[in-house]
Amino acid sequence: MNWSKIYALSLRHIYLIKGSFPRILDLIYWPTIQIFLWGFISKFFTLNSSFYENTIGIILSAAILYDFLFRSSISYNMMFLEEIWSRNFTNLFIAPIKISEIIVALTFTAIFRTLIGLIPASLIAIPLFGVSIFKIGFPLIFLLTTLYIFGVTLGLLVTSGLVRFGPSFENIAWASLFFLAPLGCIYYPIEILPYWLQIIAKLLPLVHIFEEMRNILIYDIIDIYQILKATLISFVYFILGIIVFYRSYDGAKERGTLINMGE
Amino acid sequence: MKLEIIKLVKKFNSTVAVNNISFKIEKNKTLGLLGPNGCGKTTSIGMMLGLITPTSGEIFIDEISLEPKNRIKLLSKMNFASPYIELPKKLTVKQNLEIYARLYSVKNISERISEMIEDLNLKNFLNKKTGELSSGQKNRVSLAKSLINKPRLLFLDEPTASLDPDIGDFVREYLENYKNNNELTILLASHNMKEVERLCDSIVMMKKGEIVDKGTCSEIVTKHGRKNLEDTFLKIARSKNELE
Repeated sequence: MNWSKIYALSLRHIYLIKGSFPRILDLIYWPTIQIFLWGFISKFFTLNSSFYENTIGIILSAAILYDFLFRSSISYNMMFLEEIWSRNFTNLFIAPIKISEIIVALTFTAIFRTLIGLIPASLIAIPLFGVSIFKIGFPLIFLLTTLYIFGVTLGLLVTSGLVRFGPSFENIAWASLFFLAPLGCIYYPIEILPYWLQIIAKLLPLVHIFEEMRNILIYDIIDIYQILKATLISFVYFILGIIVFYRSYDGAKERGTLINMGE
Repeated sequence: MKLEIIKLVKKFNSTVAVNNISFKIEKNKTLGLLGPNGCGKTTSIGMMLGLITPTSGEIFIDEISLEPKNRIKLLSKMNFASPYIELPKKLTVKQNLEIYARLYSVKNISERISEMIEDLNLKNFLNKKTGELSSGQKNRVSLAKSLINKPRLLFLDEPTASLDPDIGDFVREYLENYKNNNELTILLASHNMKEVERLCDSIVMMKKGEIVDKGTCSEIVTKHGRKNLEDTFLKIARSKNELE
């Protein structure tokens, strides 16, 4: 064993981590998120073990909807990352395409990738667990649309980071959604969060979407106001995402990163 | 198309990558942009392609300023090829050409692709994934993509780098013939001095972000008292080092 060589091999990765803030963030991020998410889920079930009559139905429906959000965002990011990985980025940005056309193309294409994942998962849950998200009824269309808009928004924000900071921002792409999982109150009601976190959580559309899903599945109540609120909040974030994307594009042009992306 | 660069400057924080460069390429002429690595060639090309925002200075293409409002109009008449950028690896050659033909709003797409296949001899690997091609094949596909929209201003960054002499010669000959039969202005960045002598009407020599000389190949060689462009390049590239 040559410890100097072993050290050199380790050093190669240490330099990589030291030189990249997103990588450091990534290392801290996952354990923290897991502790938050499962901490709140455990707290909820400890305090409210009889809350759900049909626990599996609610949890699985939440999981399917959350996965829809996850897929829509990741699909968006993946399409952009594919351009970076294939070193096609420069070709794309010297073509006579408007930025708005890129955004629209990614937004529409992401829906196909997302539905490819969602449809089989939703259908498998019916015979396997007797759970159907279609029980939500027509509000499901609004919930999915709102989730999609928010998913695409997250995709836009991550993509903005990729344009601005380059491929080192890639890890953030994978991690972005898990950041919102504890705050989104996907598997538990908002009341389980500390009060100060409830205030922040209400600023996200996820809380309203998943609260509404539980309202419908448990109490059979449709709260149009809650759905509208979620849609409106999603749209506000979507517009914000577009602004951030344009600013990142301008920043990338200023820093000259568009020409070397993927190298 | 005529390209004119006026007092172009690009600073990255405190680093001056391109310092006050000015030159022009007349319609249907080829200009060689030469200089050692890190001299600012790629940054300059990036600015001319609208990928990098200049700190100051102006770029005119056919008297139209390359500012955001004119970007789409001008880009549709331009194109770029470089071995350092690639096309999506998982798509076939034909799929890639079709996509870029659509992005450049090419009319009669299949006809134009057929012309490119014929001219650049792409038939044997047309349905192969781009990532599976050899360097020479990739280079020809990249050239096909860069000519798909019949550009009138073409930027070539080391178009024959990493090619064997045979394919390199094929590419140079193809470019010469293409230019003779089409309206095309070329800006060629290259480290291959024989290629530059063969293809370029004039050259601009850059060093440390500045233009250190410009003129025709023979003018510059004579001015520096050297035998050929390669020796002249070495003299210019090393001149500062000698002073240091």
